[in-house]
Amino acid sequence: MQPKPMLETRTLPDARGYFGAYGGRFVPETLIAPLDELAAAYAEAQADAGFRRELEHLLQTYAGRPTPLYLARRLTAHAGGARIYLKREDLAHTGAHKINNTLGQGLLARRMGKRRVIAETGAGQHGVATATVCALLGLECTVYMGTADMARQAPNVERMRLLGAEVRGVDGGSRTLKDAINEALRDWASTYEDTYYLLGSALGPHPYPLMVRDLQSCIGREARDQILAAEGRLPDVAIACVGGGSNAIGLFHVFRDDPVALVGVEAGGQGIDTGRHAARFADPHRGRPGVLHGTRSYLLQDEHGQVAETFSISAGLDYPAVGPEHAYLRELGRVRYTWVRDDEALAAFRLLARVEGIIPALESAHAVAEALKVAATMDAGSVVLVNLSGRGDKDLAHVSSLSKGVQREAADG
Amino acid sequence: MAEHVTGEGRIAATFAAAAAERRAALVIYLTTGWPSPEATLRLVPALEEAGADLVELGVPFSDPIADGPIIQRASYRALQQSVTPRRCVELVAQLRAGGVRLPLILMGYYNPILAWGVRECVGACREAGVDGLIVPDLPPEEAGELWGATRGHGLALVPLVAPNTPQARLARIAERARGFLYLVSRPGTTGLRDRLPEGLADYVARARRASRLPLALGFGISNPAQAREAARLADGIVIGSAIVERAAQGPDAVAGFVRELRAAVAREG
Ligand SMILES: Cc1ncc(COP(=O)(O)O)c(C=O)c1O
Repeated sequence: MQPKPMLETRTLPDARGYFGAYGGRFVPETLIAPLDELAAAYAEAQADAGFRRELEHLLQTYAGRPTPLYLARRLTAHAGGARIYLKREDLAHTGAHKINNTLGQGLLARRMGKRRVIAETGAGQHGVATATVCALLGLECTVYMGTADMARQAPNVERMRLLGAEVRGVDGGSRTLKDAINEALRDWASTYEDTYYLLGSALGPHPYPLMVRDLQSCIGREARDQILAAEGRLPDVAIACVGGGSNAIGLFHVFRDDPVALVGVEAGGQGIDTGRHAARFADPHRGRPGVLHGTRSYLLQDEHGQVAETFSISAGLDYPAVGPEHAYLRELGRVRYTWVRDDEALAAFRLLARVEGIIPALESAHAVAEALKVAATMDAGSVVLVNLSGRGDKDLAHVSSLSKGVQREAADG
Repeated sequence: MAEHVTGEGRIAATFAAAAAERRAALVIYLTTGWPSPEATLRLVPALEEAGADLVELGVPFSDPIADGPIIQRASYRALQQSVTPRRCVELVAQLRAGGVRLPLILMGYYNPILAWGVRECVGACREAGVDGLIVPDLPPEEAGELWGATRGHGLALVPLVAPNTPQARLARIAERARGFLYLVSRPGTTGLRDRLPEGLADYVARARRASRLPLALGFGISNPAQAREAARLADGIVIGSAIVERAAQGPDAVAGFVRELRAAVAREG
């Protein structure tokens, strides 16, 4: 694909937080003033060289940036095509890209004089990254987490508690990420005076999609420089998994005007036609533009506008909506969105462990699975860049319980 | 009240009639379809009989971010009984056919309206006898389409303002408001509270400066004592969670509570 220049994407979102028809601020009136305060404080911080310096310093000395770009030779050989490079966000402190965003927003919270931070978490990675930054900056921290996610990501619950955060289980609705966001928004509506809501992905009401994109763009900037240094050229394709869309937008944003094909990978769950998935762009019946959590974007919903239950092996991709900028990039045709099933992600998870000695997060394993497919269709002179958004330590218990379940089923059958 | 008056006109007449009786209008919120659709059909006439002036019917939604635990739970149970937005509008038509005359306002989140189709939804509401809409997650900046669709129809689009709404913004919202202005009494969600928030009088006075429309205070008003206090300040008071909590006890229990509230909103002296 030879992308057209996308000049307009550079100036988006507009003043109301829109990327084309997507984005905005669909929130109760009580949250308008706090969002205005946040947008103003963020703009001020961005313009302040001191703020940027402090963030940069922490990203380097605390989070471990720049993260390496690694040529995965044995994975490349396995795919039998293009050279596959992994952007090693799994090596960032706390084990995922989430720390890039929480450091930036944590500094902003402190600058705004807030003493307490709240966050939602699905896989627990954003919760851990938030709890970490709160410990670092001496802020009180409350993390909302669906009780279904607490069960499948138990090690992260322990980590957050060890870091001094209070983890509040959310029992409403599907007991996953979306319900945790509902509860965080409800908390914020009455606590905004002393509380900062540290949203973990490129979604929600303006200015969150913009702010999270900015803070995650270090992934793309580093990767672009690193691949130019390693290969003397840009990659042919760049691939990332898309939950809310933060690691993907952090990569895509930097390459948007380059002749690089961009691929976003959603959670295909047990397959699109089973209805048990979280692929908002892939389901023509249930994936339609709608409004959830303050933003207009693609949303899995029933015919009556009730938000649909989603399903994915990976808690971090198990979300019914997607960041608004992705809806826009898809509409422009700039990014190709596809999906990978649970079993394919699990196979990629195991393969990467075996052939490279890297255990990826189940979320990131979706991107690896797609990279294997894409690389196999290309020649050895081509280059594929994959954002390895996180490491899989958090998933070990869940994966081994799955394989035990499979063994039991086989034994029973 | 003239028989043919509907929509904005019916709402205005209701507030005017309450004011003529030197009292605040009593606005009662129910989650539609909780504890069952049949119960809604029995509850609304019982509320009217007991002295409610206006009824807000909550349209169940899967992700009610402005609501506290009581309305969340009711909403969830109603959804399990397939109480869709269309079903809510049908229930309004049935209530009207059964002789309910007080103003009925649907209160629901935006996504179900979008999924139905803004114009289609407004048309169906109008036809069924709905007088107004309240959409808690639709600030004025995003309300253009719904505003346009309701305008020609005499259907009131009632906006919410909050204590932290700056004065200039409050004035802008009030300018476009129709029916009445809904004053969210405190930051946060719906739900029961021990006392009314501080600074209500100043807040109501600020809203008065911005609007000539009737002002209704809601969110957190939990019992007759709080209702009495709020009714001294505003032209109407909204009782939600305290009603929803009692709705499962049947029309008589709810009607008894509404009679107490009605006595409380009369301004003595
Ligand atoms: C490792 C990892 N990758 C990806 C995601 C998905 O989020 P996003 O799409 O915002 O990058 C998560 C979310 O928890 C995650 O933990």
